[in-house]
Amino acid sequence: MIEATGLTKHYGRTVAVDNLSFTVSEGKVTGFLGPNGAGKSTTMRMILGLDRPTSGDVRIDGQHYRDLHQPLRTVGALLDAKWVHPNRSARAHLRWLAAASKLPRSRVDEVLDLVGLGGVADKNAGGFSLGMSQRLGIAAALLGDPKVLLFDEPVNGLDPEGILWIRKFMHRLAAEGRTVFVSSHLLSEMAQTAQDLVVIGRGKLIHQGTVDEFIAHATESTVLVRSPELEKLGEHLLGAGAGISDDGDALRVSGMDSAAIGELAAAKQITLHELSPQVGSLEQAFIQLTGDSVEYRTAEAAQRAGQEERA
Amino acid sequence: MTTLLATERIKLFTTRSPWWSAFLALGLTIGFAALVGLNHSGGPLLVEHSQFGTQFGLMVVSVMAALAITTEYRFATIRATFQAVPKRTSVLVAKTAVVAILAAVIGEVAAFGSWLTAYAIDGGPEMAITTGADWRMVAGVGLVFAVTAVIAVAVGTLVRQSAGAISILLIWPLLVENLVVLIPGVGANIHDWMPFTVASRFLNGAEPIAPMGPWASLAYFTGVAAVLLVAALAVANKRDA
Repeated sequence: MIEATGLTKHYGRTVAVDNLSFTVSEGKVTGFLGPNGAGKSTTMRMILGLDRPTSGDVRIDGQHYRDLHQPLRTVGALLDAKWVHPNRSARAHLRWLAAASKLPRSRVDEVLDLVGLGGVADKNAGGFSLGMSQRLGIAAALLGDPKVLLFDEPVNGLDPEGILWIRKFMHRLAAEGRTVFVSSHLLSEMAQTAQDLVVIGRGKLIHQGTVDEFIAHATESTVLVRSPELEKLGEHLLGAGAGISDDGDALRVSGMDSAAIGELAAAKQITLHELSPQVGSLEQAFIQLTGDSVEYRTAEAAQRAGQEERA
Repeated sequence: MTTLLATERIKLFTTRSPWWSAFLALGLTIGFAALVGLNHSGGPLLVEHSQFGTQFGLMVVSVMAALAITTEYRFATIRATFQAVPKRTSVLVAKTAVVAILAAVIGEVAAFGSWLTAYAIDGGPEMAITTGADWRMVAGVGLVFAVTAVIAVAVGTLVRQSAGAISILLIWPLLVENLVVLIPGVGANIHDWMPFTVASRFLNGAEPIAPMGPWASLAYFTGVAAVLLVAALAVANKRDA
């Protein structure tokens, strides 16, 4: 379990993380969502004891990272795939990490095979593509067979094949009962991978809970209604206090659930052709919640981004 | 600590830079001894003549030691390092130790290699290593190299950038220490306490007016390195990686 309480980090006058408290529960994949610059990486660096919090604190199973004995056996992390000496081979990179944690040399070959880098193990890491670097980073994270794993934007910049591979890998790690904390600004990615979500914007906690809760909490659910007597139905709905908007040959009803609409239609003897609840997407929920906490944007770009996400 | 020493040893020797540095340092030092041996005239060749080149070897080793830590910052492997071993003091002490040991080995091979080379070219009974001063001049090179490596790792840790660290490490002994003499009045006194000036008194013997004898000079030089290292460790512990 990872537990952050009142975590705060200032860089000069910039507040990167602002009084952030959350928990990452054991044996689940928890998504760490936020727009670029929200403080996700900074938070992850503080979890790993690389950056010192200005105030507050974060613990792994009740311990500070700095106090863990041979931490790679407890926490594996991939924060940046480029944290590798370009003139050192993949195998040598893992060898020194293994030596630091007193892991046998055979473990290096195991993880290299696990991520499919066995064939290029003696090539210099500087010549690796992003996808290969990412695999090497994951091999390093898995080296100590840790029960807690941290990944910062693992699919960023990968081709579809690489993304699929990482996604499958996350599922596999979760199925093995490991705690996975993975950050992303790609919501669709999180919807497919995570069970729980920690959402931040401008360093502040926006939401913590399950993915379903997040969507329910953040999106206004509407019901799409089709009927040959749309106008009549609309009047009755308005009379009953619901909000309606015209959606071509259908009505989008808000503030009333599908059961109530169906009963109303039956009572007024109006034929319905369609009555379908519309669940908001993760993207919509995300933009709605983080809309005013995106650090870098122009009003127009944000609007366009919103439209693209909905499309 | 043995685990950390092993880790840092793997790290150091799995890149090419220390190998190149070692060959370059030995080549320069021994090559210079050969040149001195070949071009010597007027009187027999002495032990000190064979050691002229060690100054160049020292510069190369100094650069190598600084790079051992600055490249970690350059490629952010220092983060991977602190992730694997969060006890920063232990990691950096281990790294310093490994680099210093390598520097000592290079220094000894360079010094004795130079002596042998010069001896083989034009040696006579005057070149025998007999007195304490002779031994200091040759065997002492490894010690000076090791302490210099500690200074270089400390400076590299403080500066974090290869170019900056190397500039300081080259300009300081080659220029700054000699230029302070030009300061009116106190210049010569300050010069007497400059670390690399003092270190050369350990190797080449102290003139009677020098503030310290040879072994006290080495102790002083080591003290300077220790102070820099402690400062570097304090900063590295406080700073975000």
